[in-house]
Amino acid sequence: MAEFLSLHEAIARHVHDGDTVALEGFTHLIPFAAGHEIIRQKRQNLTLIRMTPDLLYDQMIGMGCASKLIFSWGGNPGVGSLHRLRDAVEKHYPAKLEILEHSHAAMACAWEAGAAGLPLAVLRGYIGSDLPRVNQDIRHIDCPFTGERLAAIPANRPDVTVIHAQKADRAGNVLIEGIIGVQKEAVLAARRSVVTVEEVVDSLEAHPNACVLPAWAISAIAVAPGGAAPSYTHGYYGRRNDFYKQWDTIARDRDTFRQWMEDHVMNVEEGVSA
Amino acid sequence: MSDMPPVHDSTTARDYTATEMMTVTASRALTNGTTCFVGIGLPSEAANLARLTHAPDTVLIYESGTLQTRPDVLPLSIGDGELCDTALSTVSVPEMFRYWLQGGRVDVGFLGTAQIDRYANLNTTLIGDYREPKVRLPGGGGAPEIATNSREVFVMIKHSPRAFVEEVDFITSLGFGRDGRARDDLHPETARHTGRGPTLVITDLCLMRPDPDTHELVVTSIHPGVTREQIVDATGWPVRFVDAPEATPEPSGHEVSTLRELKARTERHHSGHHEEKSA
Repeated sequence: MAEFLSLHEAIARHVHDGDTVALEGFTHLIPFAAGHEIIRQKRQNLTLIRMTPDLLYDQMIGMGCASKLIFSWGGNPGVGSLHRLRDAVEKHYPAKLEILEHSHAAMACAWEAGAAGLPLAVLRGYIGSDLPRVNQDIRHIDCPFTGERLAAIPANRPDVTVIHAQKADRAGNVLIEGIIGVQKEAVLAARRSVVTVEEVVDSLEAHPNACVLPAWAISAIAVAPGGAAPSYTHGYYGRRNDFYKQWDTIARDRDTFRQWMEDHVMNVEEGVSA
Repeated sequence: MSDMPPVHDSTTARDYTATEMMTVTASRALTNGTTCFVGIGLPSEAANLARLTHAPDTVLIYESGTLQTRPDVLPLSIGDGELCDTALSTVSVPEMFRYWLQGGRVDVGFLGTAQIDRYANLNTTLIGDYREPKVRLPGGGGAPEIATNSREVFVMIKHSPRAFVEEVDFITSLGFGRDGRARDDLHPETARHTGRGPTLVITDLCLMRPDPDTHELVVTSIHPGVTREQIVDATGWPVRFVDAPEATPEPSGHEVSTLRELKARTERHHSGHHEEKSA
């Protein structure tokens, strides 16, 4: 049952060194405030999962939180490379980062399989691609009915998933609107979950088919207004595209990056970071 | 269902850049009513130009889950709020890939790439060796399955020897394989659900299509003012031309002005901190 905690307490209690952690969000609803709290609490040796690692994972990798990354597209959308991710992969700085890469279709299926309690996801995928040659987790099975050879990958089952959402009601039920990505699947696939929300309301006023996570499917909720910025929260604030462009310059240089993190993440109070 | 396209000046544009030529030509490749799975960047620009000019009923799908979207400005990212606000419906990402793409609902997959080779294989993963890459690129994203699950694929990429290579270092997304034959020997069930692959490559110099027999990309149309030598110099393999390459028609004044207005709107939109009104 969802417990309302401070962001500091939610991360301290649910995200541990060495955990497999997913901070999901498909451009929208990226849980920056929670990720920054993980960085401030100096978590180490994390296996990070996310379909589209962008600035937040660049920050976590650059600050040395991660030893492994499972992903399907790692870039700064519409801008270019993630320089901290590239530095870790190409130059092993600040530490060697093991990568395991998939396609979006496969990762989306792996999330769905995790939520469904299955050991694997099956898809008609990776045909003719070199990805199966470099990722031992991409294998094949023969369909028992048609004999067709299909791609199979393990289900995603993280220790903890962290997402951001619009709102929770006082009982701890959560409403997610707009580009919902894999938010619901990622929470249901995880052993534990932390959800940050813009606000707590008396009633979600959700229509019957809305994307709602019941309180009893969530471990902890923390109120974090603006918690997805510089990404966005549909209905609350827009994406700071200008910052995504500026990040290219900030992250390109190791020292500039470090200084920016000190000024904007490490030395600020929870919930007021950029 | 949609508004009639406005009456417009269809005379040839007086001046345009090579990139505008590429975008307009790519937009013309989309016929009205096509269901198109759109990659971010150049394909998104061309697909929206098509929607704003000759193909108002083109259905645009972005991998973030936005179904039949009609953005007023071009998205910077694949999941901009604009795509959701202007979509018929927004579905989850697993539904997008499983039901709409793998389910066979997409006519054209419209992709960009970092590298393309002789057999139209696409590389967006890395340059160099996988374990010790010289340049690490973002990776596959939606492209590996867009390339095989769409009925056909259009590729947009600027012509240069670094981009047009004899053989890609890494096949992220299948064109026709390293020998041009990779789509020939699929299991019948797989073949039934797999598209024709890249049928058109649009560059800033020319159009290329796969040879019907070998699947090697050959030049079928040359843009105005471009010489064969320019194309040969910008292609990393001994590129062939069809017997009588066409002359790509020039863009119209209306197409160029529509594209410029779209880009100016986009620039204004993305230049500042865009505040969304409260729900």
